[in-house]
Amino acid sequence: MKRFLALALALTMVFALAACNNGTDSGSVTQSGDGAATTPGAGASTNPGDSGTSAGGFELTVNLSSEPATIDPALNSAVDGAVMLNHFFEGLIKLGPVENGEEMKGAEFIPGQAESWDIADNPDGTQVWTFHLRDGITWSDGQPVTAGDFVYAWQRLVTPDTAADYAYMLDVVVNANDIMEGTKQPSELGVKALDDKTFEVTLITNVPYFTDIAGFPACFPVRKDVIESAGDQWTFDPATYIGNGPYKLQSWNHSEQIVAVKNDKHYDYANLGPDTITFKLIDDQSAMLNGFQTGELDYIEDLPIAEIPALLDSGALKVVPYLGTYYVEFQTTLAPFDNPKVREAFNLVIDRTFIVKNITQTGQLPASGFVPSGIYDAGQAGDFREVGGDYYSIADADYEANCEKARALLAEAGFAGGAGFPTVEYLYNTSDAHKAVGEALQNMWQTELGVTVQLQNEEWNTFLETRKQGRFSICRGGWIADYNDAVNFLDMFVTGGGNNDPQYANPDFDALIRQIKAESDPAKRTAALHSAEDMLLGRDWVVAPIYFYTNKYMLKPGISNFYHSAMGYTIFSYAKQG
Amino acid sequence: MVRYILKRLLVALLTIFVISCVTFLLMNAIPGGPFLSEKAPSQATLDAMNAKYGLDKPVPVQLFNYVKSVFQGDFGVSLRMQRNRPILDIIKEMFPVSAKLGIFALLSAIILGIPMGCVAAYRQGKVTDSILRVVTTLGIAVPGFVLAALLQYFLCVKLGLFPSMGIAKPIQYVLPVFCLSFYPMCYIGRLMRSSMLDAINQEYVRTARAKGVRPFALIFKHTLRNAVIPVITYLGPLTAYTLTGGFVVESVFSIPGLGRYFVQSILNRDYPLIMGTTIFLAVLIVMMNVVVDIAYKFVDPRIDFGKGND
Repeated sequence: MKRFLALALALTMVFALAACNNGTDSGSVTQSGDGAATTPGAGASTNPGDSGTSAGGFELTVNLSSEPATIDPALNSAVDGAVMLNHFFEGLIKLGPVENGEEMKGAEFIPGQAESWDIADNPDGTQVWTFHLRDGITWSDGQPVTAGDFVYAWQRLVTPDTAADYAYMLDVVVNANDIMEGTKQPSELGVKALDDKTFEVTLITNVPYFTDIAGFPACFPVRKDVIESAGDQWTFDPATYIGNGPYKLQSWNHSEQIVAVKNDKHYDYANLGPDTITFKLIDDQSAMLNGFQTGELDYIEDLPIAEIPALLDSGALKVVPYLGTYYVEFQTTLAPFDNPKVREAFNLVIDRTFIVKNITQTGQLPASGFVPSGIYDAGQAGDFREVGGDYYSIADADYEANCEKARALLAEAGFAGGAGFPTVEYLYNTSDAHKAVGEALQNMWQTELGVTVQLQNEEWNTFLETRKQGRFSICRGGWIADYNDAVNFLDMFVTGGGNNDPQYANPDFDALIRQIKAESDPAKRTAALHSAEDMLLGRDWVVAPIYFYTNKYMLKPGISNFYHSAMGYTIFSYAKQG
Repeated sequence: MVRYILKRLLVALLTIFVISCVTFLLMNAIPGGPFLSEKAPSQATLDAMNAKYGLDKPVPVQLFNYVKSVFQGDFGVSLRMQRNRPILDIIKEMFPVSAKLGIFALLSAIILGIPMGCVAAYRQGKVTDSILRVVTTLGIAVPGFVLAALLQYFLCVKLGLFPSMGIAKPIQYVLPVFCLSFYPMCYIGRLMRSSMLDAINQEYVRTARAKGVRPFALIFKHTLRNAVIPVITYLGPLTAYTLTGGFVVESVFSIPGLGRYFVQSILNRDYPLIMGTTIFLAVLIVMMNVVVDIAYKFVDPRIDFGKGND
């Protein structure tokens, strides 16, 4: 019997090791001194099986992604984090519904914590936005939201020590760039609380998209006293995670779920929808779909790629617009892609229509330019893509002519029929979807141009570094809008820019971007934006746009009134059931 | 005995130290970094982040600082997975979830695997043996993610017998525990079968048989003790691995355990979390091996710590 005693002893020791932590077992928070704020073990958490159907209440269970890296408004740079932040906080301006006759409504910016604002131009070209805060706005602990809270949050965002990815969103505010570079103090940022109810921002010029910035998650207000006392641990504990949004954090079981409950201090409390919104944190696409099919999830945004066509056909999977471009980029400093003619040839033989119809298959739009459809032209009048036109025809009928032209260009570059063209590599990050697109591109380039293209994939993080350093010939790129303005798609290609993977260096282009950023005349600004795109694509062919992104989702029948912004944010606060 | 244990512990500490250093250097050698994303942060932001987390210093200096702070009980904070959350908090919260699952899986693997092996050995060449051989071969050959995905699809989605995610209620343990224990159960079964066959053919067993000892008593009283040693050897690392959770099983069934973090921390280049989880697993494996070595002594008195094993 001794042998089993020994085994039992070994197991008991380990069990004890596990058990001694049982106090926090599955508990949501570890920093809490307040036991009531902690979910008392997994048994008490929302039962996944009866989401949305339990007696009386409306409990919505959704899945966006896996564990968010952070839910600190200043530090977040992910879409799933931004969606949660849109529920826990509210900016000066917030997302409201746009009726579109669809089950998923559109979203636009409407007054949030600010009920109105005035815009005044100064003689020196700067522009002053004065926001008047709404009456009766409070934090989830009952304290009033003041203009000072916005001053604190915005100064914190640009402080170098905060190390916020999205600090550059405020680069249009006076002194922001100098503060981010450390040459000025955060207190010198062009923001002021005139009184508790009035928040004033001074911008370096006329910024047509500033409403998007004022409503952007990184610019949500945060509480100075909480952050100063709890430090960078404030987001982990419902007791210190104080927001001003329609929902508040009830519990966070890491890697399992984040539960949000209606915030009874919110001014619009009476109109809010679900009693709780549970964000399930899942990292396996099959698990997401299976969870939806068993009814444990009411809403998902991701699923295995192989399942997409069938679910799209059956109507269970739906598609909404997403402001972003999927493209390939050429290393412009290395032969053979240092020659714009070669880049144009590689651009022209891409059959975008074929790729979206037969490969990606989720309603993507074939890209005829770099700035995607849906980006406003000159203020909000018109569509930038429509005004800018096509840089090449994407019609099936013109494909052969495109290829003819491409072959001629390649011949002009000295590679007639692909002769003498070195073997080049197309680099993408490991994923079935990117691989499928890569294979189609490889086939088109090889068949139509007579060149040899090899496919090379790298694990995500390695890929990012390789691409950032420009160690590629052709590589995959993707860009999702931060705000609705074409400059967001163009300024990344300035010489030395952090996202200028093609290593594009063109002083004329840099001058245009500088002009756009300083221009106060909207008409001239818009013209400059179009010229910049003409240079990037129509003349230098730095990138080859493939398609404009779409978002996909599945929603349980009977649930309605979600809003979805083209930036990828879904708002669940006013969801209805039945 | 005490001297032996002390010696083993010292070697264990040294092993863990070497593992830590090698992991630290290796993880810094792989390309990429914790702050890269599709949208690259500005250089100023990157510099600020690197300075804040001490990544701006040369790797040897970082290693020195890391070892120093570990000796002070500070394992740092996560850079990416749960940004700014202390590594110890993450392990304290997530390990018990994995461990609970692991204990059930381990117990079922042992409780089912050992008798399976015994029965197969005693029925060598018969139908029972053949059936068990097919089952155990399958268990070893079918990858965990296939098993987990199939079970989830058929039992959760198609038949609706089990919830597909979470670990709040007893019923939610069934599938993950099964998936996690199937491979070790089959492995133990095979191990047990072959060592049992060796044991059966020993002289003393023949003698016992000749004396008319019943098969049941023969297995449990005479041969099991000898035959179980290879299984115990395997149990050391198995325990460590099972308790720290299965990456696949935890992903598929959305279980908030530590297992997923071993892989994901590396994909995310979350350096302090890579170190934390690696050191944690190393300590567990090394300790389990020490425990196993001591367990030998109880199982087989012929093993003497005083002599050969030193």
